[in-house]
Parts: sequence; structure tokens; C-alpha cells
Amino acid sequence: MRRIAVFLSAWLLGAAASADGIRLPPVDHAATLEECGACHLAYPPQMLPARSWGRIMDSLADHFGEDASLAEAVSADIAAYLRANAADSPGAVGGQRFMRRLDPAQTPLRITETPWWQRDHDEIRPARFESAKVKSRANCAACHRTADKGEFLEDDE
Amino acid sequence: MTDRFRGILATLILVCASFGAVADPARDAILAALTEEARKSSPGFTGFSAQRGEAFWFATHSGGKPDTPSCTSCHAKDPALPGETRAGKAIEPMAVSKSPKRFTNAAEVAKWFTRNCNGVVGRECTPVEKGDVLTFLSKK
Repeated sequence: MRRIAVFLSAWLLGAAASADGIRLPPVDHAATLEECGACHLAYPPQMLPARSWGRIMDSLADHFGEDASLAEAVSADIAAYLRANAADSPGAVGGQRFMRRLDPAQTPLRITETPWWQRDHDEIRPARFESAKVKSRANCAACHRTADKGEFLEDDE
Repeated sequence: MTDRFRGILATLILVCASFGAVADPARDAILAALTEEARKSSPGFTGFSAQRGEAFWFATHSGGKPDTPSCTSCHAKDPALPGETRAGKAIEPMAVSKSPKRFTNAAEVAKWFTRNCNGVVGRECTPVEKGDVLTFLSKK
């Protein structure tokens, strides 16, 4: 009985330590951390295909209702990093899961528009995203507390 | 301590107190550059006004992007408190008394004025508007 208890608690501890979720290499590009991270989480480039990042970086003057324009050199530097590590980039670590079910004809501009994101969040009530704690679907770290380390774990609130 | 030194010290303290915040050479240089621009663009310019800056800060503007009609759409109404971006990320207080590094990097100041004036008032801010807001926040 005791052995079973020990086994069970070890299993539970193990499960807690390796909670399900997404683990990506943390964003380590200085300009991306500085500029994108000024207003929101510097989202992992793996979460969108290269064509999406291209369009986002080409339209910073109207970035989801705000002017997020950058000096040309800074914007080019960030765009190159995002493209090189995008979901469909051969050099990206762990990008393929984010391409699943994505229509090749679509260029999502929001991570939250992608099939993988919607599927991963289909159990969350919409009101939850508007709550005082979360405020916005863009606010990953409200629920995924270590999102800035590339970890988007389930049941992490 | 000589009387002369005491006098200089007293003047310095008075100057600091009247500005309401510890001066910073980089911030002074940014304000000086804005003063130059203001003189050129507004012939009747007699100096920046914290009061005008405060009014601009709280005003509901038109012409900008619909989600952000005011500085306080994202920054806190009280500049000594943190604000919040629309994506839910905290913005350090704009008041220099709380964030002493504010307005000490000319490129950053230019970048944020360009973006946020476009977003809030739908145009570039005038040198007087920028200087007024900076003066207001420097005294906060």
C-alpha cells in the first residue's frame, strides 16, 4: 500500500512538473524583445507563418488600431528574425504544430485567428478573455504565467 | 561650508524644488531642443506650460484612431500610476518622480510622440504640445 502511495505521489508530482502545453525557445532577439515587448508579449515567431509576419511588419503604422511604426533598420531587423523563425520556416524550432489546418490561402494577422490557437482555447468561455484579469486575448501571460520564457502551459493560472 | 557655497546650494535646492523633480541633463537637452523648435514654429512662444500639458493629457481628442482618443486611453489618469496597453501589458508611470528615466533618450521620446500623436490626435504633435506634456510629466 505504501509503495502504491509513493508511486502515486511521484506520478502526481511528475505530472505537475511536466504540465501539458507548449514549450518553445524563448524569444532572444534584442530588438524584438525591446520593440514588440514594449506593448505586448514578444510573441514567439513560431506561432505564425512567415507571410503573416511579413504583412504585420509591413503595416505597423496601423497595428491593430495603433501606430507602431519603427525606424526602417529596426523594423527590417525584427522582420528578418520573425521570418527566419516563423512556423513554416525550415530553421524554426517546433514550428510545424502551428501550421496544422492552416489554409494556405490565408494570412492570419492575429495568432488568435489560427486554427491551432482556436482549438487549444476552445474550452475557454469568451467572457474569460474580457475579464478584468485577462482583458484581451493578446494577453497570453495573464493565464500562461511563464509565457515570456516560451512556455504556454495548461492550467497555469 | 562657506557662505558662498551655502548660497549656491540653496539656489540649487530651490531650482530643483521649483521643477518638482530631479533634473537630468539628457531631459534638459530634449526640452531645450523642443524650446528651439517651438520658438521657430510659434512666434509668440514664451515657454512651456505644465497646465497646458495637463489639459492636453486629459483631453479627449478627435482625429486619431478610434480606440485611443486620449493619452489616458493607455496611460493612467494619474501619471504617477502605471498604465496599461490595450494588450494588457503594464506601462511604467509617466511621472518623472516615479520613473526617473523618462524622457532621457531623445530617440525614444521622438518615437513615442510620433506614434502616439498619430494614434491620439491623428497628426504629429506641435513642439509646443510636446514640450507642454513633457513639462507637465516632469513636474509630476
